[in-house]
Amino acid sequence: MTGSPATSSAAARVRNLTKTYGAGQALVRALDDVTLDIASGEFTAVMGPSGSGKSTLMHCCAALDTADSGSVFIGDQDLTQLKDKGLTRLRRDEIGFVFQAFNLVPTLTAEENIQLPMAIAGRKADQAWYDNVVATVGLGDRLKHKPNELSGGQQQRVAVARALASRPRIVFADEPTGNLDSRSGAEVLELLRRSVDEYGQTVVMVTHDPVAAAYTDRVVFLADGRVVDELRAPTREQVLEVMNRMAEHTP
Amino acid sequence: MIRAALKSLLGRKVRLVMSTFAIVLGVAFVAGSLIFSDTLSRSFTALFASTVGDVVVRPVGGTTADGAPSTVTIPADVLDDLREVPGAARVDGNVNAFGVFVVSADGKVVSGFGPPAIGGNWSDAPAGHGLEGLAITAGHEPHGPDEVVLDERTAERAGYEVGDRVDIIPSTAAEPSEGGGLPTHLTPTLVGIAGFPSGGSLNGATYAAFDTPTAQKLFLGGQDAYTDVWVTAADGVSQAQLRDDVAPLLPDGVEAVTGDDAADEAASDLLQAISFITTFLLIFAGISLVVGAFLIVNTFSILVAQRSRELALLRALGASKRQVLWSVQLEAFVLGVLGATLGLGLGVLLAMAIRALFANFGLDLSGQPLIFASRTFLASYVVGILVTMAAAWLPARRTARIAPVQALRDDVALPESSLQRRLWWGLGLTVAGLVVLALGLFSDLPHGGWQTGGGVLAILLGVAAMSPVISRPFLALARAVYARVFGTIGNLAGQNALRNPRRTTATASALMIGLTLACTMAIVGDSAKASVDRSIEENFVGDFVVSNVIGTAFTPAIGDQMEKVQGVEHVVRERFQTGERDGDRQGVSAVDPGDVDPLELDVSDGDPADYADGSVLLQRSWAEDEGLEVGDDLELDMPAGKRTYGVAGIVEDNPVVFAPVLMTLRDFADAGFPDSDNVLILFTDDSPGIQDRLDAVVADLPVVTVKDQGEFAQEQREPIDQFVLIIFALLGLALVIAVLGIVNTLALSVIERTREVGLLRAIGVSRVQLRTMITLESVVIAVLGAILGVVLGTGFGIALMYAVRDQGLEVISVPLTQLVVFLVLSVVIGVLAAIFPARRAARLDVLRAIATE
Repeated sequence: MTGSPATSSAAARVRNLTKTYGAGQALVRALDDVTLDIASGEFTAVMGPSGSGKSTLMHCCAALDTADSGSVFIGDQDLTQLKDKGLTRLRRDEIGFVFQAFNLVPTLTAEENIQLPMAIAGRKADQAWYDNVVATVGLGDRLKHKPNELSGGQQQRVAVARALASRPRIVFADEPTGNLDSRSGAEVLELLRRSVDEYGQTVVMVTHDPVAAAYTDRVVFLADGRVVDELRAPTREQVLEVMNRMAEHTP
Repeated sequence: MIRAALKSLLGRKVRLVMSTFAIVLGVAFVAGSLIFSDTLSRSFTALFASTVGDVVVRPVGGTTADGAPSTVTIPADVLDDLREVPGAARVDGNVNAFGVFVVSADGKVVSGFGPPAIGGNWSDAPAGHGLEGLAITAGHEPHGPDEVVLDERTAERAGYEVGDRVDIIPSTAAEPSEGGGLPTHLTPTLVGIAGFPSGGSLNGATYAAFDTPTAQKLFLGGQDAYTDVWVTAADGVSQAQLRDDVAPLLPDGVEAVTGDDAADEAASDLLQAISFITTFLLIFAGISLVVGAFLIVNTFSILVAQRSRELALLRALGASKRQVLWSVQLEAFVLGVLGATLGLGLGVLLAMAIRALFANFGLDLSGQPLIFASRTFLASYVVGILVTMAAAWLPARRTARIAPVQALRDDVALPESSLQRRLWWGLGLTVAGLVVLALGLFSDLPHGGWQTGGGVLAILLGVAAMSPVISRPFLALARAVYARVFGTIGNLAGQNALRNPRRTTATASALMIGLTLACTMAIVGDSAKASVDRSIEENFVGDFVVSNVIGTAFTPAIGDQMEKVQGVEHVVRERFQTGERDGDRQGVSAVDPGDVDPLELDVSDGDPADYADGSVLLQRSWAEDEGLEVGDDLELDMPAGKRTYGVAGIVEDNPVVFAPVLMTLRDFADAGFPDSDNVLILFTDDSPGIQDRLDAVVADLPVVTVKDQGEFAQEQREPIDQFVLIIFALLGLALVIAVLGIVNTLALSVIERTREVGLLRAIGVSRVQLRTMITLESVVIAVLGAILGVVLGTGFGIALMYAVRDQGLEVISVPLTQLVVFLVLSVVIGVLAAIFPARRAARLDVLRAIATE
């Protein structure tokens, strides 16, 4: 099923994306002809069991990995056609990324980390927007601290702020709550939710946590490299139900 | 445990190769210098064995300063007496003279800087112990005034074959050529080639042999005498026995020595003269090992830090502290063995290179295979392994402090010793080094050289220990400047350099050491040149200096000719040679009393008028050292026997006087020194064309040149330049090690920060920006090392020059341009060192980099 409403304003479009690892007996089909649209201004979750290809899909969309065939459009740009320079520019200007392991630059303060993508691009931050983001992240007086002086939840909120600060077309979050306790995780998810609601940010999140998925507008389920199901305005229970059904199908 | 250690060793090949490189170079220097000096000494001993007879009869005092035969000769009738000795199988007289230059077919003098140009009579006498000496290998022996034999090498180098006319300049020939002109050229026919059929070499000396009457005519003014005599022992007669039989028959002033003694003596003189090369190489071996040790400490620190989780796991699995520590030491041991082995191989190449270099300078050792003494192997391995293991000890010791529980944590930080403590240690070491250095430089304690070297080493290590603290302001400043100039990328680079100041500064220290020494040498060289310039400017008298390029003496006929040149008002002749005083060599020079004034010698004690035959003038510094005053007697052993001179006056030190004892030309000749000039100083009317007319006199003598003040100064500066250049070349190797150190540290840092690099790429840092970042970090390290090195080196250089300021080097000159060049060079070094690590970082697969733990 290629289940997505035909939105004219798709932030990202995936067409017939295929990626395999290994060869012969050991061949693994990480992505098997995936086609998917990510609507603008929506909070989308990608779910699936381990090895379902959800991380690979996101890495390909975020210009971190290349697929074997098919194409990925961010806006109108087919990133499978881009060389390293173009990909770098795309990552810098169009994409925000939140990693599971925070991945802040340890030598820089929280504030410097947030401004890093813009500083690298040599751009000035839109001050009003930046103030908004910083206020939303709610770090307050901790902005001048180095990452190792912040808690895990604080670090991840800085990472989210960094992803939002340059107003990218789309933000990818790879298990952003995976390393956090439930309270810190909730804060981060809350933050992502608000960025969608208040600023119309497009967010795609890979997760295996039904609680996290419940914060989103739409959940796409992957199994064996294929999109197998999807939910709109999901609740925790609905998500669990689909996951259980999928677990029964795959022995 | 051992398997685990070896496995981890193999897993890190590139890093190992780089850290081994320092060991390889250090060991190569050690091995190379040992192999070369062994080869040299074997070659000399073998060589001289074939250049002496069983018993050598020679004038007492033997030879003059440059090894030339003294003017005392052995009359022919002594030989007849010797032939009566029952143990003597045969007696052969030799005539030898130095400064007999062979000019090649294309007009160049065949010679080297050290080895002499020998002329003499042909003799087929066997060398000691029945060794076959020089023998004719082609053609026949020389007969009559127009035939000559050359040694193989010389004939080959000069491009002559049997039957050719050979151009020979007998610059010290006693007999003026016909018409009283200069005995400039001989053009005998080459009738034979001499070689060592059973091995041996002249070590680069040139040899031209005539028949005995011709040689006597040319070199001994025609007297029927010899410069030395070989007595060959009959069968069953030992050298010592023969010597004792011969000795009673000899006239006064002539002695007999066994061939073995004579060979040893000759060999050891020469060996001593070039032993500085071995010392030199060993010093550089020491430098590269110290620099290398820094590199190893650093590499192992990083490796251990990266592996701390793995080591903690080993601890959690039940390995004891000791086992963990020794697993690291085992790696160091393997590395040391590897480095020593490669170093030994490189050392052989180095020895061969030095041998080739020496052949270039005229000291030909190609006939002698390289000598591998067991001590060379032993020294190489001991040095290589010990240095590696000792350097790895510090980081290895820290592993023992890793708690097993850390295996379970995400990021393990190795416990670091406090910087505070390091600062105090370093400070203590530096102060101790300063004290020792001061003692070495400014006190009269023995072994000043060791104290100076030890002090310098202690200061270098002390500063290296302190550098994480004292470099902080520099690193902070560098960060600020980078941030301003290069924006965020610059800021990141600066922060990275600050992140682990220990590592940054340890890496910089390797460069610091190399540049410290380079700066010291630059200052010493520059000061020496400035001193030469100043003393020449202050003391150069007359208008032209005539001297022999190779420094040997030349025939007085040149001075005679110069006096007749139109425009020449006065010619001052200066001579110098070496006699002996209380068994030690003592340089003496000769100037006529009438020339004391023109030379502007300042006779401060005594009366210049008292300076005449039988008396001497002494240089002030020497006279004070020796406690001699006007009116004292000075006793010297001269080639012609013991002589006593009255001290007529004390002369202020003046570089125009080449030796501290100044005597008249007549006394000089009487003492048994050859009748030849070393330097002529010409006073002219400076009329146009004067130099051309003077040049014309020596046009046929390529070895003798006429120079004005500027040219003379240039000539004096040249050896200093060459010396400094050689040292720079050797220090270049220390710099190569330092560069490798930076490469190593950066490469390891990149590996360590893989995830961070991946992150930067993921948020849009381009490859170019990443490369820039790593290059900037590298440049900070290099510039830090350079600044420390230049500061220390300038300090050492000035201290050193200050310490020797009363030894004729009173000018302290700091070559600012050169120091700036060093700093610029360090930037280049930084950029170059970053190439490989930067490329590696830029090529990292972004996704995999992020996924890295």
